[in-house]
Amino acid sequence: MQMPGTLIPIPTTEPRAGRRAFMASALAGAVLLAMPKGAFAALDNAQASALITQAVNDVNAAIASGRTGPALYSQFEAIFNKYADVPTIARSALGPAARQATPAQMSAFTTAFRGYLSRKYGQRFREFKGAKFEVQGSRQVKTFYEVASVAHLPGQQPFQVQWQVSDRSGKNLFFNIIVEGVNMLASERTEIGAMLDQQRGNIDGLIAVLNKAS
Amino acid sequence: MLGKGLCGAVITAVALGGCGVQTPQPSGIDDPYESSNRSIHAFNKGFDEVVFKAPPGKPRSIDNRFTRSVSNVGSNLGLPGKVVNSVLQGRPEPAVKNTFRFLLNSTIGIAGIFDPAGAAFGLPAEYTDFGETLAVWGVHEGSYVELPFYGPSTTRDAIGTAVDIVMNPVGSVFRGSDAVGATTAQVAGKAADRKIYGDAVESILYDSADSYAQARLLYLQNRRYHLAGQENNDADAWDPYSDPDN
Repeated sequence: MQMPGTLIPIPTTEPRAGRRAFMASALAGAVLLAMPKGAFAALDNAQASALITQAVNDVNAAIASGRTGPALYSQFEAIFNKYADVPTIARSALGPAARQATPAQMSAFTTAFRGYLSRKYGQRFREFKGAKFEVQGSRQVKTFYEVASVAHLPGQQPFQVQWQVSDRSGKNLFFNIIVEGVNMLASERTEIGAMLDQQRGNIDGLIAVLNKAS
Repeated sequence: MLGKGLCGAVITAVALGGCGVQTPQPSGIDDPYESSNRSIHAFNKGFDEVVFKAPPGKPRSIDNRFTRSVSNVGSNLGLPGKVVNSVLQGRPEPAVKNTFRFLLNSTIGIAGIFDPAGAAFGLPAEYTDFGETLAVWGVHEGSYVELPFYGPSTTRDAIGTAVDIVMNPVGSVFRGSDAVGATTAQVAGKAADRKIYGDAVESILYDSADSYAQARLLYLQNRRYHLAGQENNDADAWDPYSDPDN
């Protein structure tokens, strides 16, 4: 995760104005006011921050639970299912090979990838034992939102973790985590690409390897 | 001798890179020496396996008072060099902070064994090196290289590493056996860091399908982030919803 000695304090990103809901609410007017809270799906900075605050609280609770091994990994799998857009992350990690995959292969790959991610990041999150995540704010980037957080670890310089959140899947979910500049999507694309190469491009072989990979 | 050659190399690098104008952050991977880099990576991995790799079933990270103390002494001796670099970069704030950190930890912290500056005075180490100084002066990143023992680097940062070794102020203060002792302490500090961050290092080296490609990516992303002081610009941000397969 963090490379020794390269942790530097980063200025907090400033939230930018940008409410896509504006036009819609101007048109819909009073009708919207009558609708229950949450029925309006459009994402904004506050919702993105709230989602990550919730996710971070769940991660903190999982770490604090003292669980280890498979019990901890299944808790992480539940967190990924709840807050992350795993199908989008999986498809992006597979890259151009996704175009050749059958729907059945994509579904099996996504399931295998989900388990692999939970085991891998479940292990990595042990390094965050005693950590306190603090959500700092959100800003719009292109079509999505980026939530900035700081992780405070005992005896270490705090470091930046950014969460990219989108509603394009139909739900507000995060699809990327960037730790001190290190991008999860890019890292997983490299990893899955290397696994696929080792299987000579065979997606079924990749799925089998992924089911065993830690 | 070595020092002169390096000065020449630095001047050449600065001249080639052009001074003054800050170039936009590079993106992507420029790795024309991939095959020789991979050989060096295999050597580094073999070395790590013999010297550092945790035995099966044993914890990969060893983060206790002993490893922290060894790491603290080593990094404390690295502070004067960081102060020089911050000055060369025209950044007085980290220079002042690291100076106070060095003074506090060398005295109250007993030759840097303890870290009262970080623990009680809000003065954690401000990381920098000569590679960053070159970047501030406008030298381009260059190509990716993996260095024996040091690991991932770029042509610019490799020159930076060499300059940091030669100009290390600690080396010119100590003489004879003291100088050997100071160098040994700094090497031991790096070894302690390797064990403290064992989980992260070993997951990259031993759990990745292609540890060379993974280490290269992580290094470049983390390094660019550090040098830019922020995430790479938003225009480069990856939107998997608009282009899922690319």
